[in-house]
Amino acid sequence: MHQLYTWVFEPGFFASAPVRTAVVIGGVAAVVSAVVGVFTVLRGQSFAGHALGDVSAAGGSGALLIGVTPLPGFIGLGIIGSGAMELIGIRRVRGRDLATGIVLGAAIGLTALFLYLDTSASATTGATQQILFGSIFTITSSLTIIIAFSVLAVGAIAVIWRPLLLATVSPDIAAARGVPVRLVGLAYMLALAVAVALSSLTVGAILSTALLIGPAATALHLTRRMGRALILACVTGVAATWAGILLAYDSYDWGSSHQGLPVSFFIVAVIFAAFLLTGLPARRAAARPRPASAPAAAPEEACSRAS
Amino acid sequence: MFAGFMMNTWAVATIVAPVAGVVGFFVVLRGSAFPAHAIPKGAFAGAAGAALIGISTLLGLAVFSLLGALGIGVLGQRARRDVATALALVMMLALGAAFLSRTTEYEPEIYSLLFGEVLGVSSTELLPVAGLGAACIAAVLFLYRPLMLSSSVPDVAEAKGIRGQHIEICFLIVVALATAMTVPVVGALLIFSLMIGPPAAARSFTSRPVLAMALSVVIALVTVWVAIAASYLYNWPIGFFVGALGAVAYGAGRGWAAWRGTRRAGAASVAMPAVPPTTARA
Repeated sequence: MHQLYTWVFEPGFFASAPVRTAVVIGGVAAVVSAVVGVFTVLRGQSFAGHALGDVSAAGGSGALLIGVTPLPGFIGLGIIGSGAMELIGIRRVRGRDLATGIVLGAAIGLTALFLYLDTSASATTGATQQILFGSIFTITSSLTIIIAFSVLAVGAIAVIWRPLLLATVSPDIAAARGVPVRLVGLAYMLALAVAVALSSLTVGAILSTALLIGPAATALHLTRRMGRALILACVTGVAATWAGILLAYDSYDWGSSHQGLPVSFFIVAVIFAAFLLTGLPARRAAARPRPASAPAAAPEEACSRAS
Repeated sequence: MFAGFMMNTWAVATIVAPVAGVVGFFVVLRGSAFPAHAIPKGAFAGAAGAALIGISTLLGLAVFSLLGALGIGVLGQRARRDVATALALVMMLALGAAFLSRTTEYEPEIYSLLFGEVLGVSSTELLPVAGLGAACIAAVLFLYRPLMLSSSVPDVAEAKGIRGQHIEICFLIVVALATAMTVPVVGALLIFSLMIGPPAAARSFTSRPVLAMALSVVIALVTVWVAIAASYLYNWPIGFFVGALGAVAYGAGRGWAAWRGTRRAGAASVAMPAVPPTTARA
């Protein structure tokens, strides 16, 4: 029994300070991302969710350049970016993706410039990798600020919950019932920007997108009820994060070379596996021949198209 | 600016821009901006993997961008396309992070793969880039009619026996080819700007497909040429100029469309809805 225990949890796992920080921060990021992510998946805004991570990374590299802490840069440019996407965004999904692309392209250009100036000004080695990939084990910002912004993002979603849900499922009905659809969409984009900026700063750009989309899509494979999907997404996200941290810690002893693999790799692998496995029943259902008159798209998919 | 060592740069840029302009036209038309971002970015992992096992970067990029295209295409048939794209992208990036943790690759190498290094193009790279570019253009020409139909009127295309899913995968493979050839030159992230900005601008100026495609090629060429010249003169990264010019071109296109729209509305003195009815398909 003890052998199994030490085989699963390598000695020193619970005593290690970086692991503890990673468990706490990773858990917080997973919960916030899952709450926001359920709506991101339902609204078909995965691209915006991913792009905002890159946009806020431009802010992070800019902050590095003028010598302030990256957090205001990340959040500031994330909010500006989301506002710009919503402003040029057209109501059609295609137009919205295009608007996201244009903002993303400009932000990538800025990142290239800032990183170039950063490295030529102070030779900060590792800046590129730090900003593009990030690492859960090297968290610099204070925990209280991170939790404060997390509460802000989740609180915003809680406040606009009902109008947001209605505007997501059926924008036309929402508009007819007097819900300010554009305004609700903008508020949602701002919450998304804060959540994504926060997670891409703390756990890195890869995990930011993975935690936003993966658990939510997995949960929506399993249930169509919003409350349940939300809880399932949170549980999946946190479980995948902690399992990934554990695997990364253990991977140090796997080979003879004593070179661990990155945490982000394991967390993403766990999330990806969960998504594929929960998609299997749906896949079987999709393989059944459909009656010719049935609509090609699931109802909620059609909603995201119309929005 | 036109010294010997710059000639390869000008040549490569002149090959890359038309390909990005033509492929990008369909990227914008089909609303495939996310796959067009994800395939190059994910292919970056292939370059890292190639460095790890010591094979040519171009091969690594080609294999990973094809894998990415197939992954997005196959997953996208079952799940939402944007969700499938996001998850395929993060899986490839995670692999890239794992590869990078195993190599002692020099930091500027990563920077140039992501943001481009046009000044280091060697003559031996010209031929494969030209070959892949020609293959891309040929594939688009070959697929032109079914691609056009399934992008603009999917129902009619299905009725004519054109399978949307097949076209989607073929198109993603073309994007992957374009990616593999352009990433070493303009970088994984900026090929995306080049595939979005110029075509989006061109579509605001005209709605006729062939004209828009030609215009898109012209804007892409001008963008790349100006970016190279500016990058040479000011010593700033070329990626910044490509990204900025793409956004400026799109802004100009939208401005033009808005100006023409108000003029027409004024002439006809009819209140037209600003946004056409939602007929598009994701």
